[in-house]
Amino acid sequence: MAGPVIVADNLTRRFGDFVAVDHISFAVQPGEVVGYLGPNGCGKTTTIRMLLGLLQPSDGQAVVMGYDAFHQTEEVRARAGYMSQKFAIYDDLTVLENLVFYGGVYGINDRERIEETLGLVGLVGHEHELTGGLSAGWRQRLALGIALVHKPQLLFLDEPTSGVDPTARRIFWELIYELAAQGVTVFVTTHYMDEAEYCERVGIMRAGKLLALDTPAALKSKILPGDVWDIHTDQLLAGLDLLPGLGSIMRVGLSGDHLRVICPRGLGKRELEKVIASAGLQATAVEAGEPTLEDVFLSFAKD
Amino acid sequence: MNSRLFSIIRKEFIQILRDPRTLMMILFIPVMQLFLLGYAATTDVKNVPLAVWDQSRSPESRKLLDAFRAADYFRIAYDVGSEDDIRELIESSDARAGLIIPPDYSQRLLDGDAQVAMVLDGSDSTVGATALSTARLIGQSHAAKLMQEQAARLGRSAGVEPPLEVRTQVWYNPDLVSAYFMIPGVIGMILFAITSILTATTIVRERERGTIEQLIVTPIRSWELVVGKLMPYVILSLFDTLVVLALGNLCFGVPVRGNLGLIITLSGLLLLSGLGIGLFASTIANTQQEAMLTTWMTLLPAIFLSGFLFPLEAMPAVLRWVSYLIPLRYYLVIIRSLMLKGVGAAALKSEIIPLAVFGIGIMTAAALRFRKRLD
Repeated sequence: MAGPVIVADNLTRRFGDFVAVDHISFAVQPGEVVGYLGPNGCGKTTTIRMLLGLLQPSDGQAVVMGYDAFHQTEEVRARAGYMSQKFAIYDDLTVLENLVFYGGVYGINDRERIEETLGLVGLVGHEHELTGGLSAGWRQRLALGIALVHKPQLLFLDEPTSGVDPTARRIFWELIYELAAQGVTVFVTTHYMDEAEYCERVGIMRAGKLLALDTPAALKSKILPGDVWDIHTDQLLAGLDLLPGLGSIMRVGLSGDHLRVICPRGLGKRELEKVIASAGLQATAVEAGEPTLEDVFLSFAKD
Repeated sequence: MNSRLFSIIRKEFIQILRDPRTLMMILFIPVMQLFLLGYAATTDVKNVPLAVWDQSRSPESRKLLDAFRAADYFRIAYDVGSEDDIRELIESSDARAGLIIPPDYSQRLLDGDAQVAMVLDGSDSTVGATALSTARLIGQSHAAKLMQEQAARLGRSAGVEPPLEVRTQVWYNPDLVSAYFMIPGVIGMILFAITSILTATTIVRERERGTIEQLIVTPIRSWELVVGKLMPYVILSLFDTLVVLALGNLCFGVPVRGNLGLIITLSGLLLLSGLGIGLFASTIANTQQEAMLTTWMTLLPAIFLSGFLFPLEAMPAVLRWVSYLIPLRYYLVIIRSLMLKGVGAAALKSEIIPLAVFGIGIMTAAALRFRKRLD
């Protein structure tokens, strides 16, 4: 396909007085892995539901794979895969029965495609297990298999890794990359910052608004107002209290066992240490930090 | 065959077979209901325990007691010596009725003005009413027999026949066995209860688990989803109908005089109402429990106001009007007539039409609501 896979144009959805999605516009190109980052209830799921024609937009429109998302839903759904937050699998059916069922619903009855899908998500050997007894990680992979059984060109994943352990999450993302390499466009929502780093482009959403959509590197250089520093000290709480607004320090936050501080670009380590000392704090170490999406996200959150 | 529809039907069957509760409901409960209502819920009164205070102790009084014994309704359980004994036995429910024969019974019989007293326990109105009319009948026929004997003794052999005799003839159920009334009702109840409850819960379960959302994003159409999910329950409840018909016939001797094809067809008409109510309930309820409760609310009036247990003729006018809104009401008339009278469809027009109207109406309303909730 030549043009963009998804084009959202001022897409809006209101529930009564509440604006769940507020005039968002963006485009996704074929083969991209686009992440959608934001807290629960910020409108990520509502966006996906509109793109799949499950909800009617209150305003604006979306074109998915060349079809109007709300008026040509059948065309969109036949070509798109969807994996919802609650893994939509039948606990009282086996792995194979679940896949055969969803395959049949898509009109796929050949055994080969079912086997192929089983292999793709790594469930070979577990065909005859009841899904109710599977771990969250296995269930997640089956849910992905269900979304993939009809070879969609576009895959919507709505918080696919919630409640899944880190190892399973990593395996899952490897699978996503494999799919992207085969040309599948992936649109994935998450509230894990580290996962968003895996995406080619990341959209940051809050309270229904799409605040930014760019590559992780561009987001960090454009959105962050300065350099990131890690300050190790025993006086964490005092630091949180005293440092903000001191000297040229722009932002102070807690990050695990140390403080994370943003200072204007070009500020030297020496100068920063001086500022810290002037607050009466004893820093054991001051190091230049690697900016993360979390820093980006937090800098939005504090606006 | 349509692959989407077939997939849904197959999946639904697998789920039914794996769920012990649903299986119970489909396979075990109908048979249990059949036997419970066929045997226990019988209103045929028999062997009512009777306490007798015979003060006469004469050949005449023994003849009267023989007359009571001969009728199946009473069992002379106690021979007592005072009215207080009778009161005690009735209070403790050991006896349901008491018969008091005065000391001068044989003498007054000759004089032509003998009286005996019958005391009945009215706390169970069914037993009381039956015992009352039976006791009267026994008394009357015994009196008639005595008159004939007297006339014979006096040499007037003929001419004392009573001037009027009502010759009764009971059609379709000559022995008035209540199982004949109950078992067709069980069929109606099963069809209605299974389809409405199971339809509502099976659809709400998909919504609870989030699978319905997954199904909606597939190319499946609303009607395929609805028909595919309902079809297994249609097949299973028609299977239940045949099982109950067969068991009712084998174990209780309830005849199946009507055309079997017509019975199945018209049962399908009732299913339309049951499925419609279940589907409608599923669009209101958010959890399986809510779905259960909602369908129960329609089941209760169906049990009490359809004529399933209590005759419609005995209801106050207001409740009788309400009963016209209950689809089971029409079906019960249909199935009882088909099984016992063996009539054809033409005789049941005034039941078939409202049943069809109700079924199509509720199904259309439910389907429209269901479609809306998908969007």
